[in-house]
Amino acid sequence: MNLNTGKQVLTISNLCATVAGKDILKGVDLEIRAGEVHAIMGPNGSGKSTLAQVLAGREDYEVTAGSVSFDGVDMLALRPEERARAGFFLGFQYPVEIPGVNNAYLLKAALNAKRKAANLPEVDAYEFLALIKAKMKFMQMDESFLSRGVNEGFSGGEKKRNEILQMLILEPKLAVLDETDSGLDIDALKVVAAGVNSLRGGEHAIILITHYQRLLDYIEPDRVHVFAGGRIQKSGDKSLALELEDRGYDWVRGDRVA
Amino acid sequence: MSSKSQDVEALLSQKYRHGFVTDIESDSLPPGLDEGVVTAISRIKQEPQFLLDWRLKAFRHWLTMREPAWATVRYTPIDYQDISYYSAPRAPADAPKSLEEVDPKLLATYEKLGIPLHERARLAGVAVDAVFDSVSVATTFKEKLAKAGVIFCSFSEAVRNHPELIERYLGTVVPAGDNFFAALNSAVFSDGSFVYVPAGVRCPMELSTYFRINAAKTGQFERTLIIAAEGASVSYLEGCTAPMRDENQLHAAVVELVALDDAKIKYSTVQNWYPGDENGVGGIFNFVTKRGECRGRNSKISWTQVETGSAITWKYPSCVLKGENSVGEFYSVAVANNHQQADTGTKMIHIGRNTKSTIVAKGISAGHASNTYRGQVKILPSASGARNFTQCDSLLMGKLCSAHTFPYVEVRNPGAVVEHEASTSKIGEDQLFYCLQRGVSAEDAVNMIVSGFCKSVFKELPMEFAVEAQNLLSVSLEGAVG
Repeated sequence: MNLNTGKQVLTISNLCATVAGKDILKGVDLEIRAGEVHAIMGPNGSGKSTLAQVLAGREDYEVTAGSVSFDGVDMLALRPEERARAGFFLGFQYPVEIPGVNNAYLLKAALNAKRKAANLPEVDAYEFLALIKAKMKFMQMDESFLSRGVNEGFSGGEKKRNEILQMLILEPKLAVLDETDSGLDIDALKVVAAGVNSLRGGEHAIILITHYQRLLDYIEPDRVHVFAGGRIQKSGDKSLALELEDRGYDWVRGDRVA
Repeated sequence: MSSKSQDVEALLSQKYRHGFVTDIESDSLPPGLDEGVVTAISRIKQEPQFLLDWRLKAFRHWLTMREPAWATVRYTPIDYQDISYYSAPRAPADAPKSLEEVDPKLLATYEKLGIPLHERARLAGVAVDAVFDSVSVATTFKEKLAKAGVIFCSFSEAVRNHPELIERYLGTVVPAGDNFFAALNSAVFSDGSFVYVPAGVRCPMELSTYFRINAAKTGQFERTLIIAAEGASVSYLEGCTAPMRDENQLHAAVVELVALDDAKIKYSTVQNWYPGDENGVGGIFNFVTKRGECRGRNSKISWTQVETGSAITWKYPSCVLKGENSVGEFYSVAVANNHQQADTGTKMIHIGRNTKSTIVAKGISAGHASNTYRGQVKILPSASGARNFTQCDSLLMGKLCSAHTFPYVEVRNPGAVVEHEASTSKIGEDQLFYCLQRGVSAEDAVNMIVSGFCKSVFKELPMEFAVEAQNLLSVSLEGAVG
């Protein structure tokens, strides 16, 4: 694995953020190049999910210091939908249900919003159907998903598959998958991993946020970061994840937030 | 009497010119309400004695009543003496018999409202009984309907041509003294629509009336009566628009539906009256009594409404389920934005055996608006085997609006089954962010979420109405989030 040839996709420098006046991110530094897969691991409450939300532009979080450059652009200056159209994708830890809104409809609107922003022609219903059917087959999803409401009545595993399906359709430059492995049985985990691996490489960069080594058995990371106390405490290659599995987080834990 | 009618004639010749109001000479009674006014309305319309007596009885009853205060709406008191109770386009003697005879300015107003009456009627095969102010001026497709034996005409016409049907059915569902606003309507109603579908006839087309408020300061008191005889069926569409204006206008309509054995009536409304500006100034006060009676066995009455307009909406389309196995349905989307206040819902009164009712109510509040669902399910001891299913959901957009739900359930038969589901959700947080994160704009996301929320009601609307309703919703909620 050659780590240094890809284009720099994301550069986070000294990123600090608060939520409701409480410091959560305390100086995050991270660099990711095209084609790389990074894993961010760490204990509950360490700020991993906050990092994902801040990158996505969630309003409730206030960035108090630092910068984020995404594909050469100041990401923090963009609205959430602009970040998405520029190629940022967040796989939600808890994908929300939107009753009555058709899955395929939302996804087609999302794809076309992105294409429009890139001055590409919109895909029509037939092209889209062909595309989504192929990806669904790959994700081993039933075609009834097309006509169901967004995540409406989905099991935990179905929701996560749906997130990956969306990622495969939108082909983001950077995907942050927030605990996509949680709540999955082993078969679903393999399908989700296959989905992620199919996007891997080329110009796509991926960040996996996870508690467990298990996911990394199926998606081998190029880099592993240990997140604790609102920043990255330690970085290494995939062996770091195995070491964590053996020794727990305590040995890397810094000034953990209360 | 003759001197009195001369006075009226003199008064009627007054001309109104109010800014943007269409410059058609309106014949109006001066503001004020007493027995003389009630009598004058009846005389102008050359009504039979029974109807005048009925109006006067309603008026005397109204005098003893007080304006209801239980609804979750607030407004400055209405001065009932400051309202003109009659307004009609001029020269009713030579009323137009076809669209060609209609005042072109009137037609131009319809165009401005986006209602290409003639085209629409021809293309869609919809008969339109357009109510402009208080008197119907254009009726189409009457002949085709007449061939099927269906009577579809203005209320005044029905009074002239079918007085026996009026006498037999008027006020049998909503009695003259039913409530304050219904009593007022009964005393002073000016016009409206009448439908009679004879036994065994399936009405060959959707019947549609566009209501329109025009003359300034003229309260609207429409009266609609629809009767489906044994085995008959009819679908009726009611849609409303109103021009901008800055004075509150009172609208107190009454709609009565009667379904005999095996008859079906479907009544759909898209209501989009002027809701006032973003500060809540102006807008229509809409106090409506709508009730249907499933009088016969196996009859069915279904109400579907999309309420986006009016400053105040006070409206409870209801079903009285008298006939054995009869079915009542209520599907509603009520949107309140800015300073709008909506208090709406339904009543399902189960009297007959094995009667069934379904209520699906969706309330959307945005801005400073207040949206209340008020529903009653009443199961009388006689209603063995009765069933009701109620679902009411509220959607809040922003932090300043409110949603209230008041379900009243009264079950007096131990065998009845009543189910109630309710939810309140907030838009703008997780759902909105999810869509934004996928690259969808805030406006599109809101539209998507709202129409998803309303889907189960929209699917009850006739197709072209459903599309209109969806468009209306996105216009109504423009800028509500983001």
